[in-house]
Amino acid sequence: MTDIPAPGAKKLGLVIDLDTCVGCHACAVNCKEWNTSGHSAPLTDFNAYQDHPDGVWLNRVHTYEAGEGLDSRTVHFPRSCLHCEQPACVTVCPTGASYKRAEDGIVLVNADICIGCKLCSWACPYGAREFDEDQGVMRKCTLCIDRIYNTNIPEPERVPACVAACPAKARHFGDLGDPDSAVSQLVAERGGFDLMPEMGYKPVNKYLPPRQRPKPAAPVETPRAATGVLRWIDRVLSR
Amino acid sequence: MNPAFSVIILTTASGAGYGMLVWLGVLGVFGALPQERWFGVVAALLALALSAAGLLASTFHLGHPERAWRAISQWRSSWLSREGVLGLFTNLPGVAFAAAWWFGGPTIVIGLVAGLCGLATVASQAMIYASLKPIRQWCNSYVLPNFLLLSLYSGAIWLVAAGAGTAAALIGIVLAVIAAGAKWSYWRFIDAAQPIATIESATGLGAIGKVRPLEDPHTEENYLLREMGYVIGRKHAAKLRVIALVVGFAVPVVLLVIGLAVAGVACAVAAALAALAGIYIERWLFFAEATHTVTLYYGQRRAAA
Repeated sequence: MTDIPAPGAKKLGLVIDLDTCVGCHACAVNCKEWNTSGHSAPLTDFNAYQDHPDGVWLNRVHTYEAGEGLDSRTVHFPRSCLHCEQPACVTVCPTGASYKRAEDGIVLVNADICIGCKLCSWACPYGAREFDEDQGVMRKCTLCIDRIYNTNIPEPERVPACVAACPAKARHFGDLGDPDSAVSQLVAERGGFDLMPEMGYKPVNKYLPPRQRPKPAAPVETPRAATGVLRWIDRVLSR
Repeated sequence: MNPAFSVIILTTASGAGYGMLVWLGVLGVFGALPQERWFGVVAALLALALSAAGLLASTFHLGHPERAWRAISQWRSSWLSREGVLGLFTNLPGVAFAAAWWFGGPTIVIGLVAGLCGLATVASQAMIYASLKPIRQWCNSYVLPNFLLLSLYSGAIWLVAAGAGTAAALIGIVLAVIAAGAKWSYWRFIDAAQPIATIESATGLGAIGKVRPLEDPHTEENYLLREMGYVIGRKHAAKLRVIALVVGFAVPVVLLVIGLAVAGVACAVAAALAALAGIYIERWLFFAEATHTVTLYYGQRRAAA
């Protein structure tokens, strides 16, 4: 059913720290690796080892510059499905293939009934959905439902593949519906924000802003210019 | 947005077909339709053929056309689903109208029902676009009246081509002026309106200052850029707008006037084809000029408008 279920207590999602992300793309690569053989398999590639490679990725890492001069920052910016509370990608779906789970808020596509009309990808402001030209169906982040509930893998590994791969611990997974969860605390502490809040989609995933750079130390007082012998000693010692 | 051939055919052809049904119903009430036995049947079937051609064309862009029947299930939330349900249902009163005309029956009532269903289908079609918030050129109050007026206009012209006579021709001429005006004001609106989202709000980095892309996530094109990152030069857009207005509205009006003066069927058919061609260009522009917020993530290079 493409009606949005009544909001549940549980809102699983990601918190992405733009301060610590180093832009290594490991999250995107591990996402591709896991999901090309998991719930969304296959994530098709065309010309994978030739010119003009093309394929489905559920996570893309942009790099931006923000600000000017000394205050400017280089920010690496992973972009994936935000598992919105008002996902228009779900309500526009004519078949019911696109749905939001009541129990944990995860937005999924049922590839067995998707007709590949692509309207959901038009409805997503964030470009989270990519069409699989080979399979004729829409693909998107599943928050690795085949990992987070997978009792066949050790418990510490039951996190999304992107979170498991991040070497900088810039990605955090948890329940954003619970104000006491570690991720909610982190968002409160660091001033986590929504992307394009003006669209009204109410994303569950949050981004943490780059931290303020420490103020540069006050310049060291330059001693009065020396003259005569002192100047000569100064020059010798400065070598 | 990428102007896909199948979707342009869908909206232009089915718009004309459903518009024909509306005028068959309305003109029937005023007794302004020709009374020949062939006319109602030919006109209704032509209308249904145009709309069916459109619906059929729309399945060509699906990844799984064989699953298209599933699209009628989500009418409670999805305008696309509503369009499918209403479009399929309209065939019932449409065929009933042709049958009632041929064998005798309440054509006026059936014609009005068919017209109303057709109008509702076009409205649903318009709402598919008008409800998409990420695309500001679509998500505005101009889109619904534009779709309805263009459907009514092309429907009237096609009815004249089917032999409907003077009343339909006069309606076509009046609607050409109104619909062209509506289109012009839509263009003025999208040119003047400011984008709601910016690269700063899309990334949330506005607090630091102006944001600009340093590196894209991928070196090649991807689905997002092909589908949502279609860019058309402003220069070409301006020219194509004028071509759409001339071919789609001015030429048909001249042909209809000539047709009224010398009663030429050839003129009416030529007018209908010109209107279809002009509205095809108009619809191509409707897609090509639409910008999607995902292009913000790729910077000004993509977000051309």
